[in-house]
Amino acid sequence: MSGGEGRRGALIATLSTVVFFTLLAVLITHAPGWPEVRKTFFDWGQFKDSLPDIARAFLLNVKIFLIAEAFILVFALLLAVIRSLPGPAALPLRILGIAYADFFRGVPTILVIAMLGFGAPALQLKGVPLSTTFWGIVALVLVYTAYVSEVYRAGIESVHPSQDAAARSLGLTHWQSLRTVVLPQAVRRVIPPLLNDFIGLQKDTALVGFLGSVEAFKQSQIDAAATFNYTSYVAAALLFVALTVPLARFTDWLVLRDRRRRQAAGV
Amino acid sequence: MRRSLALVLVLALAGCGGSSSSNSGSGGTGSAKSCAKADLNLVNAGQLTVGTDNPAFPPWFGGPEKSPWKVSDPRSGQGFESAVAYAVAGKLGFAKNEVKWIVVPFNTSFAPGPKKFDFDINEISYTPARANVVAFSDSYYNVNQAVVAKRGTKIATAQSTADLQHYKLGAQIGTTSYQYIKEFIKPSQQPAVFDTNDAAVASLKNGQIDGLVVDLPTAFYVTAVQVPNSKIVGQFPTANAGERFGMVFQKGNKLVGCVNVALNELKADGTLQKIQEKWLAKVGGAPILH
Repeated sequence: MSGGEGRRGALIATLSTVVFFTLLAVLITHAPGWPEVRKTFFDWGQFKDSLPDIARAFLLNVKIFLIAEAFILVFALLLAVIRSLPGPAALPLRILGIAYADFFRGVPTILVIAMLGFGAPALQLKGVPLSTTFWGIVALVLVYTAYVSEVYRAGIESVHPSQDAAARSLGLTHWQSLRTVVLPQAVRRVIPPLLNDFIGLQKDTALVGFLGSVEAFKQSQIDAAATFNYTSYVAAALLFVALTVPLARFTDWLVLRDRRRRQAAGV
Repeated sequence: MRRSLALVLVLALAGCGGSSSSNSGSGGTGSAKSCAKADLNLVNAGQLTVGTDNPAFPPWFGGPEKSPWKVSDPRSGQGFESAVAYAVAGKLGFAKNEVKWIVVPFNTSFAPGPKKFDFDINEISYTPARANVVAFSDSYYNVNQAVVAKRGTKIATAQSTADLQHYKLGAQIGTTSYQYIKEFIKPSQQPAVFDTNDAAVASLKNGQIDGLVVDLPTAFYVTAVQVPNSKIVGQFPTANAGERFGMVFQKGNKLVGCVNVALNELKADGTLQKIQEKWLAKVGGAPILH
């Protein structure tokens, strides 16, 4: 491709983008009902009023996300390894692993959160924490461990059996082969879907608000309930998006880098 | 149990109620032409559709639980709000079997937009913000907020509003109870906010919050039935946030005028007072937290 064609292409792309989005903006802002939509969802005064409280509440979402994620990564890998155990003796463990994944992938997250967050403290047992944030995190870890273990398992199964066979023929045990040959390849392959589940987890931190914790969505609900203006929801949405978009672009970049490396290595 | 927002100024109320009832025709009697049963603006012709939340809790609703309602049954005519609704319906010319109850979650009852009910009766306090988006009837009950705690906890011995500041308080979202915490108690800890009052009550029961803020009659029900070994720490002074419950209508619904006429008659002939004495008699004095 010559430099001239490249410039021409860039020019057309810029032009068509500008024209397209200008047209879209004009169409939307001239549609009947737009003034009501703007007043209800994009009220600058409401936005400024509600954003500081929502941003403060959003820190709780970030905290829940970071703590839950650390546990999920470890537990899910453990569950995936259990489900990949060879041999007839490990059958009960495999059954347990399958049952766990089936159950927690099948049950709505909000249900698990309500069940644990209100149910566990209701037992009134000594030593059982009362914190709603604690139980919210436990519920998210339980549910997402099931999802993420499936991602890991797909990665493990995508490693060709000859890799394991070669490692075993060199005298490595099953564990050594898993740890040094299979898992490093498996995990690298599933990083994009793993990050995809992280994004899901970031959003689902909002469900913990159901227990009474004031996180970003709950705070925006409080504002909306007080004013009947839904701009606060938009403010909360922007905060969530501000966190997920960088992660999404990072995932894209990782995929691209991985593909380039593999192509460079001629694999 | 529920209600929201800003302070209620009695003067503002009076002005607002006056302007809405001026649509209702003249005379101040149920026989005014625009309030004849056939002329009423109804969601479903020939029947009065009344909304309230499910479960329906005493002392607002009574009678044995009957599907789809939980805890009690608005169709029983028992309980304060059920009795008021049927009394108003009677004044409007509806027989008991012409009143149809539908489930309307508390927070959607006073949200903007078209309504599937003729009116909703659900311990909804008048607030100016709500009155911008729905229409309120005149007051059928004036109420104070109160705080409930478990016996033997530190908060249970609080004597004043200032004594409550260091505790974890909770309330339902969108309620005047929550607003009261924010505006008058100003606690040092972030209060817990629940989607429903049931969740807030469960949280108090579990010890996840120290104190629950609800309206006084609801506080009596919570302490008597829902949370064993709990007590009303006190009620808040009327001067701060004396509130009034109104029935809620779709904004601009002319029916509100006729309901106000009916309410005035029920007040004048003592019926409303009798209903209140019957169902809210136990709501006596609770210490006032200044």
